[in-house]
Amino acid sequence: MDVLMPRALEEALAMRAEHPGAVPIAGGTDLMVELNFDHIRPEVMIDLSGFADLREWRREDDRLFVGSGVTYTRIMRELPEMRALVQASRSVGSPQIRNRGTIGGNLGTASPAGDSLPVLAVHDAEIVVASVRGERSLSWRDFLLGVKRTALEPDELILGARWRVLRGPQSFAKVGTRNAMVIAVANLCFATDPETRTVRVALGSVAPTVIRAPEAEALLAGAFARAGAWDDPSAPIPASDVEAFAERVSAAAQPIDDVRGSAAYRRHAVRVLAERAVGRAVDELAEEALVS
Amino acid sequence: MLIRMLVNGEWREADVWPGSSLLFVLREELGLPGSKNACEQGECGSCSAWLDGELVCTCLVLAAQAHGREVRTVESLSGEDRLHPVQEAFLEAGAVQCGFCTPGLVVAVTDLLDHDPAPDELTVREALSGNLCRCTGYEKVFDAVRLAARRKQEGSW
Repeated sequence: MDVLMPRALEEALAMRAEHPGAVPIAGGTDLMVELNFDHIRPEVMIDLSGFADLREWRREDDRLFVGSGVTYTRIMRELPEMRALVQASRSVGSPQIRNRGTIGGNLGTASPAGDSLPVLAVHDAEIVVASVRGERSLSWRDFLLGVKRTALEPDELILGARWRVLRGPQSFAKVGTRNAMVIAVANLCFATDPETRTVRVALGSVAPTVIRAPEAEALLAGAFARAGAWDDPSAPIPASDVEAFAERVSAAAQPIDDVRGSAAYRRHAVRVLAERAVGRAVDELAEEALVS
Repeated sequence: MLIRMLVNGEWREADVWPGSSLLFVLREELGLPGSKNACEQGECGSCSAWLDGELVCTCLVLAAQAHGREVRTVESLSGEDRLHPVQEAFLEAGAVQCGFCTPGLVVAVTDLLDHDPAPDELTVREALSGNLCRCTGYEKVFDAVRLAARRKQEGSW
């Protein structure tokens, strides 16, 4: 086994082209477990922590680009206005794990339970990847193909993710056996986008990949419109609409029974999370209306 | 592969299998057994140490990634004939039973108080959420944190 230690992104891409089977490693919080337990023995690993290119984030007009090497600790510290992403980051592992784990790791590992993934899905993020052949962007849907399966080619590296910043209320919530150090039994990200008058909801750990619930989204956006809530944030949303939304979110889930929870529990959990998320968003809108 | 890193203020070298964890190198190659090897999957925090000043589980750091960097372990905390104030507080509060989790907890508490000398209860719980203790039930550990924090605020360390 060999560990290659590039000092620049170009060098890393050249190494990836030369060793297509090589495993890239950044924070190592997923991969080191596999190595320590002898589950993988790659011939070549490429360390991505020796250069700064992937560790940057930047605003691009109304968009945000977050490099694949940005850690959860840095998201919490440096991007407080990305509220759902901060909440998701805070729910990852422990301080020790958040200091190392990166958003690129969630994408590369492509676990259905990756906590930042529902947030990326809600934002319709595009995933930016590169190789010596050039750079390309693909939507999160086209990138995440299945359980631990992505569209990343063997010579590519994940550069980061880019999305349009949403201005409405947004939140992330997760169900697990503890408040910390827990792989989600179910997680959910919810956001409203006043600009396009849409509602977005994404679920994790209840399907082979993170999924959106488009029927539920359309139903709640319609309820917001009927209640006049896009123009008057203090307008109440009928409880029956919120319940119907949560019901459709639950119906969109395709969970399985596994060691962490049963399919029935997961369906129930996302229903509860969906209802809570809407409640919080409506409260937040009402509060903002009061202040202004 | 040859790895060179600044460990507790001293440049050290080790010739190791490239897939080794930083924890393995510290314990088996550099004679620093303070960082404990328990879960090897980042669950227990017993191997906590600082990499370039950041709290990490050394079992989840590829040793090669520490090449050229600074590592500080629990061994750096005490002097020749005195304990670190956090270690003193653990002793006085009775926060040590079997002792296996203690080095990791001491490192995590020191890291917390370095950043926030007056943490509230929830901050303490969150800061220590990555360190498992199966003996104490944590209450004595929280007592130790309060004691160490009070002394830090009083300026005694």
